[in-house]
This record gives sequence, structure tokens and C-alpha cells, in this order.
Amino acid sequence: MTTPTDLRYTTSHEWIRTEADGTLTIGVTDHAQEALGDVVFLELPEAGRAVTAGEAVAVIESVKAASDIYAPVAGEIIANNPDAVDAPETVNADAYAAWLFKIKPANPADVSALLDAAGYEAAIA
Amino acid sequence: MPQHTPLHATHVAAGARMVDFAGWDMPVNYGSQIEEHHAVRRDAGMFDVSHMLALDLDGVDAKAFLRGLIANDVAKLVEPGKALYSCMLNADGGVIDDLIVYYLSDTSYRIVVNAGTADKDVAWMQERLAATGNRATLTVRRDLAMIAVQGPNARAKTWAAIPGSEAASSSLKPFQAAACGEFFIARTGYTGEDGFELTLPNELAASIWAALAAAGVAPCGLGARDTLRLEAGMALYGNDMDETVSPLDAGLAWTVDFKDPSRDFFGKAALVAKGALRQVLGLVLEDKGVLRSHQKVFTAQGEGETTSGSFSPSLEKSIAVARLPLGVAPGDSVEVDIRGKRLKARVVKASFVRNGQGLI
Repeated sequence: MTTPTDLRYTTSHEWIRTEADGTLTIGVTDHAQEALGDVVFLELPEAGRAVTAGEAVAVIESVKAASDIYAPVAGEIIANNPDAVDAPETVNADAYAAWLFKIKPANPADVSALLDAAGYEAAIA
Repeated sequence: MPQHTPLHATHVAAGARMVDFAGWDMPVNYGSQIEEHHAVRRDAGMFDVSHMLALDLDGVDAKAFLRGLIANDVAKLVEPGKALYSCMLNADGGVIDDLIVYYLSDTSYRIVVNAGTADKDVAWMQERLAATGNRATLTVRRDLAMIAVQGPNARAKTWAAIPGSEAASSSLKPFQAAACGEFFIARTGYTGEDGFELTLPNELAASIWAALAAAGVAPCGLGARDTLRLEAGMALYGNDMDETVSPLDAGLAWTVDFKDPSRDFFGKAALVAKGALRQVLGLVLEDKGVLRSHQKVFTAQGEGETTSGSFSPSLEKSIAVARLPLGVAPGDSVEVDIRGKRLKARVVKASFVRNGQGLI
């Protein structure tokens, strides 16, 4: 299991990468994919949707169970990843490459309140 | 503190993901559940099912006792080793457990029951023995481990791994078992594939597991076991039926034997009085998503409910078995409530894959 140090995390197992333009790219952590088992279906939010922090915006289904994915901060969905929808198993293969959606945050400072890698590892220990 | 099978350390050493199942710490997968599923459909896989409980029933009244205890009729068992699947019912006709009975002789039977119901089953059988006065003794065999080896190459790989097993088991027909020294080899399973269920002394379990692995049998967890049995349309106790559901409403009418009018098995009166109120059929999801247990189904004849659902690795579609109103038929189009959305599904017979072949 890996936890890249250049990302931020939530206790609900999303990872968040801040891009150069200030937008956020979001996926689920390696820990989450391992706990879920084989991912077989993703339902991702459409671009243009306004979301609040902690809102359930996507669904990830493994062979075992369905789980919600939450917006880590408030903002607007600006993209989702059709490649992940077409090949959900890529989430298992590399959870940090298989991003799920992008958010333009309402308040860029919100990201600094999220967990860093050490904080996330402590949370799942 | 969860219980451990004799293979627990083997699973942990292999890096299995362990989960609690009915009070037992069991492997759910060793990596990819889907790959384990395919191993069974295409080659050979093995499952530790030692959490299930073997019981021996011996005594002059053993046959009479079982004829009154369970809904299927052991009187039809005449060939030594022949197996019978049955439900054990309560007074309301609800299912206390589903089990397999192996006929050894008219005075000797081996019974295998589910892990989660084992204590309750033994208590119930002891209660019925006392109540009926039948002369038979029930022996709990926690000294025995069970390994299910399943798949088109399961028998050949078992024979390669266990010296002497081929001679003892090559002539077994499906649903028949034979003793082989300390082993009990049954041509039964819970996957829809050919194979064996091996019962053996606890102390031999780890070495036999290793020998099977060396012969190319893939270790598989309970996750794959569940998708395999779902594709095969085999019922899971606790999901597809329980003490509140009659076998006639759970797609298990074929396991209830009413032929002998003089045989009065426990729960029979309730079954006769109520009859079948529901039927069990399969669903194939036509929209995108995954069917799960206990989702509401909307049909032209009224509402029903999925009792087991998942993604089918063999069909690469989502499937479910559902308890539906009478009158719904294969080919019908229905809707399923999945997380607040009504998605389209097609009704099929509740058997999706057998012997590696898709049936829908």
C-alpha cells in the first residue's frame, strides 16, 4: 500500500491533487481500492454540477459492495474521467493514476485543511 | 475472538485478505476475486470451507429420524455415498438451515451444515432426537477440515495431488461420495462446476492444501465462492432464505418431497397450508450499475425483492436472484430500485452459468 506525499487525503479515502491552474483532481486511495476489491462500476458526476464539501457525488462498486465517493471541498465539477468508467479495473491497478473527477474549488484555501499523507496513514492505521 | 480453521495460518501467510464470516476469520480473496472466479470456471480452484460443520448421525433410527427432520426424503438414498440437498424447517415452514446429507447406510449418515447456523442446528437436532425418542446419536466433527476443489480440471488435479484418491473417486457420479482412508471425497460443490469436496482430519489440512496448490489448484476466497454460486443459481442461507421464508417461496420446491403421504416431516403442515406465494427468478441488469441483495423490484404483477445480487465475472453483467410475485415469467422486463433510481432488468431463469457456459 502506498500513500504519495504530494497529495492530500480525506478520512473517507479520497486523494486530492492540486493542479497548476488551481483545480483539484480526485480519486480514491490505494487503501480504499484494496479494501473494496475488484472495482466493476463507476458512476461519476457530470461537469457543471455544484457540490458542497462532504457531499456524495460518485459511486464506486466493487464485486463486493457499493460505496459513495465524497466531494472533499465545495466547488464545481469540471470534468470526469471516461477512461476510468470504461475500465473500472484501472482503479485497482493504479489508484493514483485512475483519477475520477476534477473540481474547481469555491475556496482554494479549503485544500490546506485536508489531511497530508502522514495524517491519512495515521487515520487508517 | 473469531474462530480459526486449521488453514488459517496458511491463508494469512499467503497474504489473503481476511474477513469475519459467521464468527470465523476467513479469506475473502488472495488478490483478485475475479481472477479466482475465472480460475474455477476455466481450470481449478480451492476453497477452505472448514468453517462449515460435519455431523455424523448413527443409530438404528437414523433414517426414520431424518425422514421426520428434513423436507427432502432420505428414503430415496440407496447407493452408499449418495448425497441429498435439503432444508430443515421450523413449525412455520421457515428454513432453519439448508444442508447436505450423505447416505452411508440406513443407520449412518454424514450431514454438513452452514457455519453461521451450526450451533442452532445441533441444538435443534438434539431437541428433535429427544422429542421423537428416535435411537440415534449425533456427533459433532470439529476434528474435520473441509476443502472444496472446483473447476473443469479439479478432479484431475486432486488425483495428481493426493495419492490413492483417483482409485477411490474416479467412478463417483455427481452428488456421490466415497471414503478413502482418512478422507471423505464427495463429487459435490457450490460453484456450478465439477469437482470435489474433501473432508479430512484437521492435522492433514495444511499439507493437502499445499499439495493441491503444487498441482496447480488456485486458492480462492469466499468472495469468488459467492459470485460462483450466484451464477450457478445456488441459494445462500441468510440471503436467499431464512427462518421466515418457506422453501416453496425460495426457489427450493425441488428439495421438498411430498411423494410419501405417510411421511410427516417437521414444517410440512405449514407448507401444505400456505403453498407457494412467491417464486424465485433471475434478473439481468440492462442499465448500468450493480444489482445487490434486498433491492426492490417492480413488475407488472406487483413488487418483489432481490435476495442476492452482484457483478457476474463470467457474463460481465450484473445479475441477481429475486423473490417475485407469481405470474412473472422469464423474458419479462422489470425495474429495480438501485440507490433511488429505477433501472431496467430482464427476467431469466435463476441459473446463469453452469460448467463454464453462460445460460442466458
